[in-house]
Amino acid sequence: MGYDRKIHFVLLISRQGKVRLTKWYSPYTQKERTKIIRELSGTILTRAPKLCNFVEWRGFKVVYKRYASLYFCMCVDQDDNELEILEIIHHFVEILDRYFGSVCELDLIFNFHKAYFVLDEILIAGELQESSKKTVARLIAAQDSLVEVAKEQESSISNIIAQATK
Amino acid sequence: GLTPYEKKKYVWKMLYIYMLGYDVDFGHMEAVSLISAPKYPEKQVGYIVTSSLLNENHDFLRLAINTVRNDIIGRNETFQCLALTLVGNIGGREFAESLAPDVQKLLISSSCRPLVRKKAALCLLRLYRKNPDVVNVDGWSDRMAQLLDERDMGVLTSSMSLFVALVSNNHEAYWSCLPKCVKVLERLARNQDVPQEYTYYGIPSPWLQVKTMRALQYFPTVEDPNTRRSLFEVLQRVLMGTDVVKNVNKNNASHAVLFEALALVMHLDAEKEMMSQCVALLGKFIAVREPNIRYLGLENMTRMLMVADVQDIIKRHQAQIITSLKDPDISIRRRALDLLYGMCDVSNAKDIVEELLQYLSTADFAMREELSLKAAILAEKFAPDLSWYVDVILQLIDKAGDFVSDDIWFRVVQFVTNNEDLQPYAAMKAREYLDKPAIHETMVKVSAYILGEYSHLLARRPGCSPKEIFSILHEKLPTVSTSTIPILLSTYAKILMHTQPPDQDLQSQIWTIFSKYESCIDAEIQQRAVEYHALSMKGAALMDILAEMPKFPERQSPLIKKAEDSEADTAEQSAIKLRAQQQSSNALVVTDQRPANGTPPVSQLGLVKVPIMSNEDQSTAEQVVAHTNGALTIVDPQPPITPSPDLLGDLLGPLAIEGHTGIAPQSDPNMGSGFEGGTNPDALAIASVEEQTNTVQPIGNIAERFQALCLKDSGVLYEDPYIQIGIKAEWRVHHGQLVLFLGNKNIAPLNSVQALILPPSHLKMELSLVPETIPPRAQVQCPLEVINLQPSRDVAVLDFSYKFGTHMVNVKLRLPAVLNKFFQPITVTAEEFFPQWRSLSGPPLKLQEVVRGLRPMLLAEMVALFNSLRLMVCPGLDPNANNLVASTTFYSESTRAMLCLIRIETDPADRTQLRMTVASGDPTLTYELKEFIKEQLVYIPVPSRSAAPMPPQVRPTSPPNAVLDPGALLAGLL
Repeated sequence: MGYDRKIHFVLLISRQGKVRLTKWYSPYTQKERTKIIRELSGTILTRAPKLCNFVEWRGFKVVYKRYASLYFCMCVDQDDNELEILEIIHHFVEILDRYFGSVCELDLIFNFHKAYFVLDEILIAGELQESSKKTVARLIAAQDSLVEVAKEQESSISNIIAQATK
Repeated sequence: GLTPYEKKKYVWKMLYIYMLGYDVDFGHMEAVSLISAPKYPEKQVGYIVTSSLLNENHDFLRLAINTVRNDIIGRNETFQCLALTLVGNIGGREFAESLAPDVQKLLISSSCRPLVRKKAALCLLRLYRKNPDVVNVDGWSDRMAQLLDERDMGVLTSSMSLFVALVSNNHEAYWSCLPKCVKVLERLARNQDVPQEYTYYGIPSPWLQVKTMRALQYFPTVEDPNTRRSLFEVLQRVLMGTDVVKNVNKNNASHAVLFEALALVMHLDAEKEMMSQCVALLGKFIAVREPNIRYLGLENMTRMLMVADVQDIIKRHQAQIITSLKDPDISIRRRALDLLYGMCDVSNAKDIVEELLQYLSTADFAMREELSLKAAILAEKFAPDLSWYVDVILQLIDKAGDFVSDDIWFRVVQFVTNNEDLQPYAAMKAREYLDKPAIHETMVKVSAYILGEYSHLLARRPGCSPKEIFSILHEKLPTVSTSTIPILLSTYAKILMHTQPPDQDLQSQIWTIFSKYESCIDAEIQQRAVEYHALSMKGAALMDILAEMPKFPERQSPLIKKAEDSEADTAEQSAIKLRAQQQSSNALVVTDQRPANGTPPVSQLGLVKVPIMSNEDQSTAEQVVAHTNGALTIVDPQPPITPSPDLLGDLLGPLAIEGHTGIAPQSDPNMGSGFEGGTNPDALAIASVEEQTNTVQPIGNIAERFQALCLKDSGVLYEDPYIQIGIKAEWRVHHGQLVLFLGNKNIAPLNSVQALILPPSHLKMELSLVPETIPPRAQVQCPLEVINLQPSRDVAVLDFSYKFGTHMVNVKLRLPAVLNKFFQPITVTAEEFFPQWRSLSGPPLKLQEVVRGLRPMLLAEMVALFNSLRLMVCPGLDPNANNLVASTTFYSESTRAMLCLIRIETDPADRTQLRMTVASGDPTLTYELKEFIKEQLVYIPVPSRSAAPMPPQVRPTSPPNAVLDPGALLAGLL
């Protein structure tokens, strides 16, 4: 089924099995999502180092890579190009790294929403949207500045109100 | 109320809680409502949290459609981006219907910036997946071609993903895009005009390269010679120019491209030279240290098996592949197992199966079931002799009894029952296993059954008297479950029957057991005990009642069927398919070979390898074998005899064994030859394979080639070392214009060339003159006109013969002028469909049937199948997503243009059955079309169609003997 081939979901799991990010591009119910996470953490976290980066699972393939304490996992179809996906993971990690300045698990805990922003600029509909790190960085910076500007406006408005009601 | 900041904060917290794995079934409304906030920060949070928290089927999502649409058509670029991302990630059918036109507009708009357009491309892709109707093919193919000219790499990457989806569903509409894809590839391969930021570790966007090659794989072929040349240049460059480097990421990226190029080369059916280049590369990969590459090497080799003619080259790597079976990584072990399974044939079955058995003892539990199933299937399919098959299955039960299903041991019993030669050997083996201190219960079952039936054949061997057999079996009784006890009781009764003259002591022991179980709570056990007890008091009559079981009717192996069913929709389809298409040289077929080709049956090997056994009832075996043959092949020189158990023979058997000290007094010439081979079975096996290659062997699988040509209009119909017959067809309404290309591959002429068309009654066919001689290295073209008179599924046959040197070759080839060639796909709207559907109210114009035993396939696969048969699937007509509706126009002289409507209702819980309704204005057409579709949906493995006269050799093609016997071949073909 060619036209439904894509990344079905993205998971970030810590070595202790804590979930740090999930993104589902195929419709799964809440129950299925929980089950998938449980099953896959069991399979992937127990794999020894230096094995290959692919796990066959329920007729799908999960491509994963460990960066420090975090496992980045993406689930694709059986006949998808595994190495391509593996490098999408790395592409994502490099962008996170550039954005946070040598990223670590704590960055992704305290700023988990930023990770979502970044992911949305890289993948849509389970497909790679942008392969230029520079472009992604520029777009994220633009979003951040929009938020900043709104914040300043807000504080200036509340200042005005505060002064007016003094 | 909450301040905007607080709203944002709480919604983020919800997402965080949810992410940690807690059920968050509250606050969805708050997240969705943030989408309509006027300011960017709130809107952004609303969009992102909603798309992470909800899935496409969520009701709240509907509430947001209007806001989302307003953002998409609004002027604010950042809002557009947020909205497109949400729809692209979780948009469902409703979104598809209401938003697709707006999204399309953004994608092709010249005023939109790339950041919006690339999102629009992927958003449209999502909507297209939800409802393919949202992209109107006619208007869109030109637009798509323009999009592929895009300079911005981000937009191009996204557009290429969209294109892959479009073309995978319907490549016909997008032929004009093919050269553009090749241009994109060239641009990337030469690194022309690729901005620095789009090179990844020095490689010009590997992702775009992979995507583009993917897209090209959905076109059946690349016909334009210039485009083809450019494409092959690029592919050649990738294949040769990819080196292993130190940097992991660079390595991965370049190999991602390389593996995709390999897939494309395989798909394009490249020249042999390039193919062997690919196999050589893969051979290198499966031996490297880097596990990813090793894994992919194995995986792609398995895929490569689908391509003809590389099997022998792959076999050279067998040792390396077997090593991978012991890899520490289960992913790699699985690939190795699959590959071994796929590459197994008679020539290497012994080695491979023995490796699998050895590995079984150490394999982890996750793999044992699959492993034992695969070993059992291979042993059955490729057994060089039957005794080996019995050995393998008994070992399997011994090593992994828990994973050996009942099917497997039933199958052994069937084989043993149907092959007299095998019975003493099987009995002896079963007896040996009983000496082991602890055996699996399945082993108790199978050995009890076999010994009950055949232990009398062993009677004079040490430890095999009825009494001893009984007592060793009876020792197991306390350890077994209630499902095994009935089998043991039957065995006791049989032992009793075979003990002549009756042994009083044994009799009273067994009767005591029967009377003990007469009050057993389990009804089955109780009934058997009562009946056997009563029967065994009847004395001599017992012999008739408990006589040996008659032969089982031949049937498809449930095992193979099960494997096909269970794996068809998950793992490696390719290997399974390949397996199914290979000839079933399973043991039952092996015994049927003899009259067809006169070679000594391979099964003889098994029996003579067994030391001094079974020769005594050779004549009976001969006759019975002949009888089974008679039933199958009609031509039977010997009068059939009833396979009723020859009690006298059975009784005399043991005596004969005793007197049988050597093999010298051989009277049967067949036996003699069988024995010579038997002393060195391997030598014989090799000899017979060689004999195969000396005569003219078709290259590739004729049946597969025919199947492929039923779906496409040009390709190779037949090929052997001397000639290649190609075909090219054009179909217009009920007319067909075919051209046969007869190419002499040699430096000597082909003589006495004759081509005769045997048309079925519904086709008028006229073949132009075929020259009697084809000069060396020349190709002649012979046009063939076809007119379709009326609907029918019958197939025309080309009777082709030629002479090369001393070889006279004659083949009968089915011609791909089949029913679906006279279809013209047509899309109907709901307004057209329903009145038609209702007006064709019932039989004989509208027929309905529940079809069972289907090859399980996903709905999307079925859609693809229908489209490839030129039955146009019309999505959206049937509100139930599990159903599909298709339409087409059929052309013939009698019916003229006739609209056909098809409705398929599938059962998502059971993919092996469906209900099909077919309607048209002509009763014959309706019937024929219904049967035709059924044939396509029901799984008919190729060998069953060309089965009867096949020797158990490597190639799934017709053997030389059959080539000389056109009648047999024709029977096989049709």
